[in-house]
Amino acid sequence: MSKASISIGGVTGKVPVMEIKNIVLRFGGVVAIQDISFDIYEGEIRAIIGPNGAGKSSMLNVINGFYHPQEGEVWFRGRKRAAMKPYQIAHQGIARTFQNIALFKGMSALDNIMTGRFTHMKKGVFSQMIWKGSAEREEYENREIVERVIDFLEIQHIRKTPVGALPYGLQKRVELGRALAAEPQLLLLDEPMAGMNVEEKEDMSRYILDVNSEFGTTVALIEHDMGVVMDISDRVVVMDYGKKIGDGSPDEVRNDQAVIDAYLGVSDN
Amino acid sequence: MSADFLYTIEVILNGLMAGVLYALVALGFVLIFKASGIFNYAQGVMALFAALTLVGLQEGRVPFAHLINATFGTHVHNFDWTLPAVAAIALTVVVMVLFAICVEKLILKHLVNQEPIILFMATIGLAYFMEGFGDLMWGSDVKKLNVGIPQGGSLWFEDLTIGWAAEGEKFYGMYIDILDVWAAVIALVLVLVLTIFSQYTKSGRALRAVADDHQAALSVGISLRMIWVLVWSISGFVALVAGMMWGAKSGVQFSLSLIALKALPVLMLGGFTSIPGAIVGGLIIGAGEKLFEFFIGPLIGGATENWFAYVLALLFLVFRPQGLFGEKIIERV
Amino acid sequence: MLYREVGEYKTSYAEDSQTFPIKFDRYRYFFVLLVGILFVPFVINDYWAGAVFLPFLIYAIASLGLNILTGYCGQVSLGTGGFMAVGAYAAYKLMTAFPDLNIFFVVIISGFVTAAVGTMFGLPSLRIKGFYLAVATLAAQFFLVWLFNKVGWFYNYSASGQITAPARSLGDFLITGPDATPAAQYLFCFLFVFILAWIARNLTRGKIGRSWMAIRDMDIAAEIIGVNPLIAKLSAFAISSFYVGVAGALFFTVYLGAVEVTEAFNIQKSFIVLFMIIIGGLGSIFGSFAGAAFMVLMPVVLKNLLVTQLGWATDIAAHFEFIIIGGLIVFFLIVEPHGLAQLWNLLKQKLRLWPFPY
Repeated sequence: MSKASISIGGVTGKVPVMEIKNIVLRFGGVVAIQDISFDIYEGEIRAIIGPNGAGKSSMLNVINGFYHPQEGEVWFRGRKRAAMKPYQIAHQGIARTFQNIALFKGMSALDNIMTGRFTHMKKGVFSQMIWKGSAEREEYENREIVERVIDFLEIQHIRKTPVGALPYGLQKRVELGRALAAEPQLLLLDEPMAGMNVEEKEDMSRYILDVNSEFGTTVALIEHDMGVVMDISDRVVVMDYGKKIGDGSPDEVRNDQAVIDAYLGVSDN
Repeated sequence: MSADFLYTIEVILNGLMAGVLYALVALGFVLIFKASGIFNYAQGVMALFAALTLVGLQEGRVPFAHLINATFGTHVHNFDWTLPAVAAIALTVVVMVLFAICVEKLILKHLVNQEPIILFMATIGLAYFMEGFGDLMWGSDVKKLNVGIPQGGSLWFEDLTIGWAAEGEKFYGMYIDILDVWAAVIALVLVLVLTIFSQYTKSGRALRAVADDHQAALSVGISLRMIWVLVWSISGFVALVAGMMWGAKSGVQFSLSLIALKALPVLMLGGFTSIPGAIVGGLIIGAGEKLFEFFIGPLIGGATENWFAYVLALLFLVFRPQGLFGEKIIERV
Repeated sequence: MLYREVGEYKTSYAEDSQTFPIKFDRYRYFFVLLVGILFVPFVINDYWAGAVFLPFLIYAIASLGLNILTGYCGQVSLGTGGFMAVGAYAAYKLMTAFPDLNIFFVVIISGFVTAAVGTMFGLPSLRIKGFYLAVATLAAQFFLVWLFNKVGWFYNYSASGQITAPARSLGDFLITGPDATPAAQYLFCFLFVFILAWIARNLTRGKIGRSWMAIRDMDIAAEIIGVNPLIAKLSAFAISSFYVGVAGALFFTVYLGAVEVTEAFNIQKSFIVLFMIIIGGLGSIFGSFAGAAFMVLMPVVLKNLLVTQLGWATDIAAHFEFIIIGGLIVFFLIVEPHGLAQLWNLLKQKLRLWPFPY
């Protein structure tokens, strides 16, 4: 299955949503990311691959503000981004999921996905205290959007279940739902298919492709499963030991000698 | 030397001595925290309970005398014997070991894998339980504890220091309680013994292994439950020593359990996982609060010892959340 | 009537997210309200007001407040006693400085004062977490009690160091002072409980409540959905302290009338309120009430049983109270960490299926 045949959003515009320029990230003496640059186009699915410890997750953490790189710049929507806290970046329209599911264990699936609407809810403390009126209205408007996400991900039946009680695959889906509910301009997925079986992976791939094509959401994802990555992504960045060793369409990357040597050939991945 | 300077030194010395006792209680906290990740709020009540038991055994009191009298209308209070201090201490150690076994069987076993804060609240419950239980068992009157440690001001030290003051200044020598000196020495010995125990014995190694990583320790065949009993027994023993020192100094009574609260800021300063941290933290808090009370106390109404330690620790924590010697907290995403 | 949701179809989001989704619960809620307003005030006497109703209502406010902070936002506080003292002393200063100020506003303003103080002591929560924070809140407890005990301005330099509430009335009814009737005092507290519980419910079911729970469950994930931890934690501290401050003000003005800070608002108070929310249920409005009722009623029942019935000395009964409270805390944490509220829910689950459990 080739991505191009089903993509509607596609890579037509080639407008970069995000540009990563010469990022260097160090932890003490350890260099996690070494002078990496790449860009993410509007409406594409961009994959970052590489063996364990290549610095992929660190890269995502730089993009959404958990780590602050020592050197380099991040440009978002044509503007250089100042050093920001993760919650400020969330308000800019960047949402993400985590490798180890980071759901709110004490809340129901519905409430978890409702938290995704946080950046869109503007009513103040006092109208929430009174509830009746504007706060209630706002709540139900957002609930409608959340219900659409729930329909889309086919998790209507677990709406009111505490997420702690859900199986792994569904938790992953709820977490994706939370990120989607934010209606992000850029969606970061950290190993969305880790630990899944083949059917679950197919489901998840379908959701990612649908999100991309139906809502036109730009997606950047990290994934280990090469088959999946090559199938669904428009362009791929390959990292190894904190360096970028390849960048291009799945076909280009697949045939790149440096990538084959460093990643596919040598590593046991 | 001027008298003011000498007074300051005296305050610091006495503060350090008090700090040693704080450190002793804090040590009990650190041991349990390292081995089981439990913040044992009941440590102070354990000290009270140990001291109560020690006095009760030594004086041959009848346990639950109040309750028995109330239920059966009898008038029993004391057995006809008294125990020598050494025997009473040995028996109290046995009681504390039994206590450790009970805690493991009745509480810890059922709370494995719960969140730390739940365990913390469970120890608050335990503290309440022990407080009522100890009082019910031995009565809530203030008791005198005498295990043969000399106490009172040291005349020798007073004579020694009286000559230090400059000519013509009014200075009558420094006051130091011999009991405090003993407490400091015993605490030091205890720390040494614990260090040797944890470094050079098999159980000690197992203890450190558990502290490092529960799962890994389990996988090499260390019994977690055995370790818990062991570590609660040890901190029961530490509690006994602390209770003994404090009890000898100011009588065995409810307020003894409040020293546990004093140990908390010590821990915040020293870090929950560091034995040297507990000792240095104790000394800093002890000397700090006495100095603050000496210099600032009179200006703002006195009795600042009630809160100084906490506020100091609070301010300190805001700038260094892991404490003086604690391991750096690394949050992974 | 059977306890069923069958036949009740939800056709709007409003119906789906109402407080009592099952009709029977709604009726029961209105029934309790009616009894509380129309029946209790006519039969209440000094004993019942003093031993049961006033402490229950006031502690319910305090435990609602602590539950917002600890149960919903996950920040354990051991400073509740100290913050109640702030409310009490703020009320005292307001009552003595502005004799014409309505007692209702005295209590409200005391709440705001406490909210300000609580927010200040909540600032460290941005840097420190878990036990460290719990211990740090002890700093508030000890410092505040010391402050009110030592600084004469707070107790108007009275010789005894006590503060005594002057008589104030709301309309024609005396609320504070020795001549106030138990019915008026009860209704006054009831009013506050009703409003504050309603606000707590509204706050915890909406955006701000979800931001608290997000911080509680996983603060890192909370940040990526856009929750500013500073605002979430401090708002929890502020609102929680407001509740606790109102409780403190009522505790002093309406319930005790005269207060000595080291006795009325010591560390035990902090623990008692903490126990209420553990036993009642962390993160549950109903649990706050259940826990308060339990902790207020238990000593009364024990005292009746042991002292009045069995004729034991009061100190033995007091020891037993400690043993039972401590034992129950441990028991609840082992058996049901979510407290009475969860047991109640389980019972309702069973009831929905009764009499055919499969």
